[in-house]
Amino acid sequence: MSEKQVTRRNFLYVTTGAFAAAGAASLAWPFVDQMNPDASVKALASTEIDLRPIIPGQSITVMWRGKPVFIRRRTQAEIDEAKKVNLADLPHPEKDSDRAQNPEWLVMVGICTHLGCVPLGQKGDYNGWFCPCHGSHYDTSGRIRKGPAPTNLEIPDYVFLNESTIKIG
Amino acid sequence: MSENYVPKSAVGKWFNDRLPLLNLIYGHLLPYPTPKNLNYWWTFGGILTFCLVTQIITGLVLAMHYVADADLAFASVEHIMRDVNYGWLLRYIHSNGASLFFMAVYIHMARSIFYGSYKEPRELIWIIGVFIFLLMIATAFMGYVLPWGQMSFWGATVITNLFSAIPLVGESVTNWLWGGYAVGSPLLTRFFTLHYLMPFLIFALVILHVWALHVPGNNNPEGINVVQGSQDTVPFHPHYVVKDMFALVVFLIVFAGFVFFVPNLLGHTDNYIEANPLQTPEHIVPEWYFLPFYAILRAVPDKLGGVILMVSAIAILAFLPWLDTSKVRSAKYRPLYRQFVWLFFANVILLGYLGAQTADGLFLIIGRIATVYYFAHFIIILPLLGYIEKTKPLPKSLSEPVLSPEERQMKAAASGISA
Repeated sequence: MSEKQVTRRNFLYVTTGAFAAAGAASLAWPFVDQMNPDASVKALASTEIDLRPIIPGQSITVMWRGKPVFIRRRTQAEIDEAKKVNLADLPHPEKDSDRAQNPEWLVMVGICTHLGCVPLGQKGDYNGWFCPCHGSHYDTSGRIRKGPAPTNLEIPDYVFLNESTIKIG
Repeated sequence: MSENYVPKSAVGKWFNDRLPLLNLIYGHLLPYPTPKNLNYWWTFGGILTFCLVTQIITGLVLAMHYVADADLAFASVEHIMRDVNYGWLLRYIHSNGASLFFMAVYIHMARSIFYGSYKEPRELIWIIGVFIFLLMIATAFMGYVLPWGQMSFWGATVITNLFSAIPLVGESVTNWLWGGYAVGSPLLTRFFTLHYLMPFLIFALVILHVWALHVPGNNNPEGINVVQGSQDTVPFHPHYVVKDMFALVVFLIVFAGFVFFVPNLLGHTDNYIEANPLQTPEHIVPEWYFLPFYAILRAVPDKLGGVILMVSAIAILAFLPWLDTSKVRSAKYRPLYRQFVWLFFANVILLGYLGAQTADGLFLIIGRIATVYYFAHFIIILPLLGYIEKTKPLPKSLSEPVLSPEERQMKAAASGISA
């Protein structure tokens, strides 16, 4: 008893315990993963939109993966305003050309990056979007300028299928 | 306390010999020795138990008519209100019951804070209580989402988005919670499931809370130790059973006042508009009982910082028994604490008021000061007071403060003789 010896019994305890723990842990995964987005949700992951009805200065909101997506056909004044901003002034510096594949069309997820409200268009101090929940101001490129939101409005993956159709997702 | 109880009926005796359940209930509810000077602030434990049972019973029957699906939930709640027999009554009891539950729990916590009930040897009772409070918050929040009105939807959106503030894994965690890429049906269904489960977890914790309470016995307004079974205690039944019943009746009058006269006073009208994922209401406000914490969240200009501070505001309560360094329990004998504790209560009410206002201008500045003060109370004022405060002398028994000087002398003489 005075000296600790590793016996066959100790070995059996440890290995049995380890097997039980590993087994329980691997069985836990299905119970956790069942909560992740399921196949039917993922199947709705892309949307095609016809851009023809939208005139300059007009925005539409479409649903993509249960989220609103803003598609705005910007006016020349808005594009110029977005381009001339000094990147050093931005909390989350991004060039307008990196945010809009075609400067005329701004496509972004219409969800405030603070706590998920839907910002209102053409409002706020920067003539872009304004979130009424906690007062975040976005500019004409959807970049955060003032307020609690940490990042710019998210740009979803999208491609121009042709001149007048885009596919989001 | 656990006096041997012998059931009178043969059946009771037969049962108790095989499972001493009656013994257990008897010991905890009937002769249980209770300090003789408990005031009405001590009746809220019983009131809270009543609230929990009411919520479970009304919730059970509401669940028989409710449908947890984003397309059907709002209509099913309207169906309960208009078509189901007495559905309006059951739902109004349940929704106002939640508010009154919080009203009672805040009074119960304030009593503990005022009379130092959380101090040694009752720390664990308090900590279990904090966990009950946390579960209540989660249950109430999820319950508020179920009617799937505008406030339900946007409240759920804002609160689940708090998790997106977690660095690196935030987005995966929120998608996991949602079961999708935005708040929708999968979230509603799991909230319903958890909303149904949690009250039973609360019930289990309440049993532990009472069990832990019955080890040292109740604290009392004087905050001194009483010897169980001495002249300072009286049996729980009938003394406190009757007092609790009377308080419960008064509480029920208030409850009925809300349910029958102003059932929507504490709710938000926007929640009678069906959830619309494309339109955020002008002004999102949580239920009144979350407002102080909401004000703390908004006081911080940084997303992660706000979330951390709001969570800390609740978590810090669990450390209260050690942050308060004074050995004297009751604020009655702590002249400085007595003032600071009222300041603390006023500050929480102020935070609640600010939580309902828009977060800008003067409101934001006051909100920040109030938030700083909330934490300063716990981490600066309470630890320091224990060292600098000169407390008043404590009475030797519960009788002493209410005896006249002559009676006191007589008592002292009598005890001298018996000694």
